[in-house]
Amino acid sequence: MLSEIFSNVLIYFVIIPLVMMGGLALCRENDYKKIRAVAVVGSIALIALSVYVLLEYLKLRHAGVEDPMLFTGSWSWFGPLNICLSVGVDGVSIAMLILSSIIVFAGSFASWKIEQPKSFFLWLILLSTGVFGFFISIDLFTMFMFYEVALIPMYLLIGVWGSGNKNYSAMKLTLMLMGGSAFLMLGLIGIYYNSVLPDGEHTWNIVKIAHECNIDKGWQYFLFPITFVGFGVLGAMFPFHTWSPDGHASAPTAVSMLHAGVLMKLGGYGCFRVAMYLMPEAAQDLSWIFLVLTGISVVYGAFSACVQTDLKYINAYSSVSHCGLVLFALCMLNTTAMTGAVMQMLSHGLMTALFFALIGMIYGRTHTRDIRQMGGLMHIMPYLAVCYVIAGMASLGLPGLSGFVAEMTIFIGSFKAGMDEFLAGHGALKLTFTIVACCSIVITAVYILRVVGKLLLGPVQDKHHLELTDATWWERLSTITLIVSVAAIGLFPNFFENLIKFTFSGDLFAAIGIK
Amino acid sequence: MNIELNALMFLIPSLFMFCCGIYGFITRRNMIAILISLELMLNSVDINFAVFNRFLFPGQLDGMFFSLFAIALAAAETAIAIAIIINAVRLSRDADVKDLSKMKF
Amino acid sequence: MESLIPVLILALPLAMFLILGLFGNYMSHKWAGIIGTTSMGVVMALCYFVAYQYFFSGAPEFVDADGNRLQFIVFNQDWLALYEKLVIRIGFLLDPISAMMLVVISTISFMVHLYSNGYMRDHHGVWEKGFQRFYAFLSLFSFSMLGLVVATNIFQMYIFWELVGASSYLLIGFYYTKPSAVSASKKAFIVTRFADLGFLIGILILSFYTGTFNFTDMTSAPVAGMDNVYQVGMAAGSIFQNPATMSFLGGSLLTTALILIFIGGMGKSAMMPLHIWLPDAMEGPTPVSALIHAATMVVAGVYLVARLFPLFMFNEANGGFALEFVTIVGAITAFYAAMVACTQLDIKRVLAFSTISQIAFMMVSLGVSREGYHENLGYMAGMFHLFTHAMFKALLFLGAGALIHAVGSNDYTAMHGLRKYMPITHITFLVGCLAIAGIIPFSGFFSKDEILTACFGNNIVAYVWMSLVAGLTAFYMFRLYYLIFWWKEHKVHEGHHAPHDQPWTMTLPLIILAVVATFAGFIPFGKLVTWNGEPYTIHINWTVASISLTIAVLAIALATIMYKKENPLPAKMKNAFPNLWRWCRNRFYWDELYMFITHKIIFNGICSPIAWFDRHIIDGTMDAFATVTNKASYAIRGLQSGKLQNYVLVYLIGALILGGGTVAIMFLFF
Repeated sequence: MLSEIFSNVLIYFVIIPLVMMGGLALCRENDYKKIRAVAVVGSIALIALSVYVLLEYLKLRHAGVEDPMLFTGSWSWFGPLNICLSVGVDGVSIAMLILSSIIVFAGSFASWKIEQPKSFFLWLILLSTGVFGFFISIDLFTMFMFYEVALIPMYLLIGVWGSGNKNYSAMKLTLMLMGGSAFLMLGLIGIYYNSVLPDGEHTWNIVKIAHECNIDKGWQYFLFPITFVGFGVLGAMFPFHTWSPDGHASAPTAVSMLHAGVLMKLGGYGCFRVAMYLMPEAAQDLSWIFLVLTGISVVYGAFSACVQTDLKYINAYSSVSHCGLVLFALCMLNTTAMTGAVMQMLSHGLMTALFFALIGMIYGRTHTRDIRQMGGLMHIMPYLAVCYVIAGMASLGLPGLSGFVAEMTIFIGSFKAGMDEFLAGHGALKLTFTIVACCSIVITAVYILRVVGKLLLGPVQDKHHLELTDATWWERLSTITLIVSVAAIGLFPNFFENLIKFTFSGDLFAAIGIK
Repeated sequence: MNIELNALMFLIPSLFMFCCGIYGFITRRNMIAILISLELMLNSVDINFAVFNRFLFPGQLDGMFFSLFAIALAAAETAIAIAIIINAVRLSRDADVKDLSKMKF
Repeated sequence: MESLIPVLILALPLAMFLILGLFGNYMSHKWAGIIGTTSMGVVMALCYFVAYQYFFSGAPEFVDADGNRLQFIVFNQDWLALYEKLVIRIGFLLDPISAMMLVVISTISFMVHLYSNGYMRDHHGVWEKGFQRFYAFLSLFSFSMLGLVVATNIFQMYIFWELVGASSYLLIGFYYTKPSAVSASKKAFIVTRFADLGFLIGILILSFYTGTFNFTDMTSAPVAGMDNVYQVGMAAGSIFQNPATMSFLGGSLLTTALILIFIGGMGKSAMMPLHIWLPDAMEGPTPVSALIHAATMVVAGVYLVARLFPLFMFNEANGGFALEFVTIVGAITAFYAAMVACTQLDIKRVLAFSTISQIAFMMVSLGVSREGYHENLGYMAGMFHLFTHAMFKALLFLGAGALIHAVGSNDYTAMHGLRKYMPITHITFLVGCLAIAGIIPFSGFFSKDEILTACFGNNIVAYVWMSLVAGLTAFYMFRLYYLIFWWKEHKVHEGHHAPHDQPWTMTLPLIILAVVATFAGFIPFGKLVTWNGEPYTIHINWTVASISLTIAVLAIALATIMYKKENPLPAKMKNAFPNLWRWCRNRFYWDELYMFITHKIIFNGICSPIAWFDRHIIDGTMDAFATVTNKASYAIRGLQSGKLQNYVLVYLIGALILGGGTVAIMFLFF
């Protein structure tokens, strides 16, 4: 059995972080060299592994394998309750795995000079274990367990290494997300007891539930909203988003990067993979509620970002807007829009990680995040400033960078969904909210250019800033990795679209009329 | 004398013992006395186990075993309690239970 | 045609952007300039070659047997597949207007590259800071603009549309330490972004109904009953086949889509009321104004309408009013901008308003173009004017740049009487003024005459109106000319050098453009660019021409009287109509209106309340949960007295109640 587990490639996404933690445990507390070596080698191994899985996946798909999940494996964990360690990936999960490994890599470099590095990296890597475990799991219970594993270290990372009002923020973030997972747990257990295989057994396995079980429709109406809200809290859905600004503002750089870049994606991914994939009928009937909420999120976050003065708050509200777009597109129940949602997850993950990395670097130098106290940084630290402009351009949707592709895919898909609904005589809700969401591209431009104008351009505000230095090599490496990834998605979107699209064109969705 | 034994003859003294235990537990201030009250209650329960076993399931020994088990546990528990009391006395030079109200909140 | 050369046309500027942007700091200023200029020269040569091949080679892929010009797609690479046939492609489309635009863009861009070698230095030859960056941005702009005009589908156009917007942002804000430049660049980007929202929604509607982004699929597939090459050909059963069912939120669907798309064009082409960014954009370096804000990017809106012209025609034929909308917007803008241009102090702003006015001319020309009159003369005239205007306006801007460089101020009050000091600049500027005023035989005469003829044929009101604007144009241009070069003797302040002509890198482009602006009118444009590719010969309508010539000459004469020598006449005029003058000088308070809307309404009325709501109501609710829990636990913690015996008592009572209660219930109910 053990050899069987180890022969599955996916399990190494969990084993590598665990080995990294073992390696870190052997280091002394302040032995920066060894700790960095472990972090860098480990994260490079993760990137290599995810690229390997990507290539193998494409090879298999190219050979015509039509299974919904590949590289599957399932090993019993606790027989009486049918809890298994089940793994398997499709294009969406692979996209998320690549995203996570890139951000872990960049995050390691962004926390090059962190204090108490050993404990910091131990917790950080425990967090990424949870993230990777979540994305490879197809067993609801294991998935939930990894989800919790990813949440808990966040409390300590913010509480210990954070800045500002960190106790409050850490507590708020953890409690709100825990509140979400309480909903989630209820939902998952409900799904478990309503999913009966033909042989009479219950199952936690997502693929089996999706293809072999029919969850009772009445139960779906109850379970779908609570599962969606449970994951939606993590995806910063209005009105459960307020942990995000405070949490991000207090978190240390790498934690902000991982949290906004990957952890918030757990929300969107879970909404799709659990709530919509398992309960398509309820998704069809009830997603309009969430469409309204997320549609509000999109413009609401953008408007709020326009008047903030703290860099991290601006970016946190911008994340509310962009992550809102992810859930918004999922609620459209349209292949193109949903593909766009995953593109947006990728794109937002990378560019927001870039933003937080840069904000951390700027904060590390100026010791303030208030845009009113800074100015003309382009003159002082041109490298960081140029990177910030690039991140901003990606965020406001400049063609050639990732944001544009994702947003356009979403808008075109949503518009189609809206028109289909309108022409079928079911009202113009989707259409109206599509146009509302389109407006966000203008508001995004307003707040991004406001920050760029105040922070980077114009005359230098504070004479002391003139002595500051530009980026160091590890900071450059961290940002370049992210910029290259952002540009890669922006320049070759078809590759990623094809990777993702397969999932959304399966027969399950055809059954409820997703075209 | 040939008195027919019945359960009540054992249960009523046991109940009396139990009530004495409760009364002592609540009213006594000295911790040793509280401990003795506790022992009273435990012993009354042991008697009940034995009695019910004897009268309801004469062919089995489960209740008897349980009594023995409880006696052993009570001994262990007394040892721990005495240890705690000794420590408390060392702290407050007195075995009064009022002095242990630091446990609040 | 091989695709190598078209690929190079796009790849070279992009490569230059990357090379100069990434490694610019490692090369000397001089070499950065030389490399940038040379590569643009190569691009220009390639563009000329492609245009020559397209117009004159007579190859069967470009011209059909009847001599009609065809659309030809050189390459078309899939970029992003969305659904069904909706695929975004990056390609290279050759047709009369794109070939013409290739020539215009590469020529002006090359001239500007060359000119900037001189302009971006001070009088002692010291290079401006960020010179390499400047060339990198210029290359990025050239790449985006070339990509825009050769777009094979509307989404490619949108992609490059956004890219030109971004490069315009970067170039306007080139002097990024100047707050005015920063806010101008921000304004330009946001205003055009707002317009692009319309464009985007227009594309969404159009692409949903046609099922394609491709221009060729939208416009040129032959449909029975319509024998033109460029016809609207939708898939059978498409909603556009049946105009009666085309309604969207109450209006005709196609009209809605076209107007929304045109709003995108209004933003880029600075039509009223989205014109406010263009005058401010003059904060950028002058060569940038010449390239982007006079000759190329701002005509993208005109190009967009021209590109979708078959759709506009189809809409017109089915009772839509999209073209009327274009005409009205153009006409109002033309007049407004001309009025404002008469009163501005800053010479670049005069030119900016003049640009707005001239672009509006092109819009009107497209708007009045109908099949019934001279085979869509307006379309040809608009394109012709686009071509000539690009040349003479770039000339004027580059001339203005030379003046500003020599004097060190944008204000004409610092110039006056420069004709003796800067003869080459003087002559070339005069040529530009004559061209824009429409004096025979300069190029502007021919193109403007065609526009007025087209107006005349369509709508007499438009004709009179536009003739009036043409007169105003001649007046304000000569006002500017006289105030710069005549009015009074130039005073040279002590300790300053007298202004003088600039180095050859700056004068050569002026001379070349002056020559082009003089003779471009003789190009037989009707043979080259027509709406359906069918060549025809232009006839000058001498009635219209003589009237417009008379108006122009009168206007110039008036300007001569008022501004040639210092005299009190202008001040008297100003005092005679103080309110009109004040409104014109303040550009009819559009900027203040926008300031009010953005700051008072959007920022203070929407954003701040939302942010407050978020922090206090939504977050307050979340905090309230925590606070209530906290308070409640404080309130009940007294029960935890720490007295062991209290606990036992409570426990005992509880146990008795439960036990007693259970027994009582059992007795009562069983």
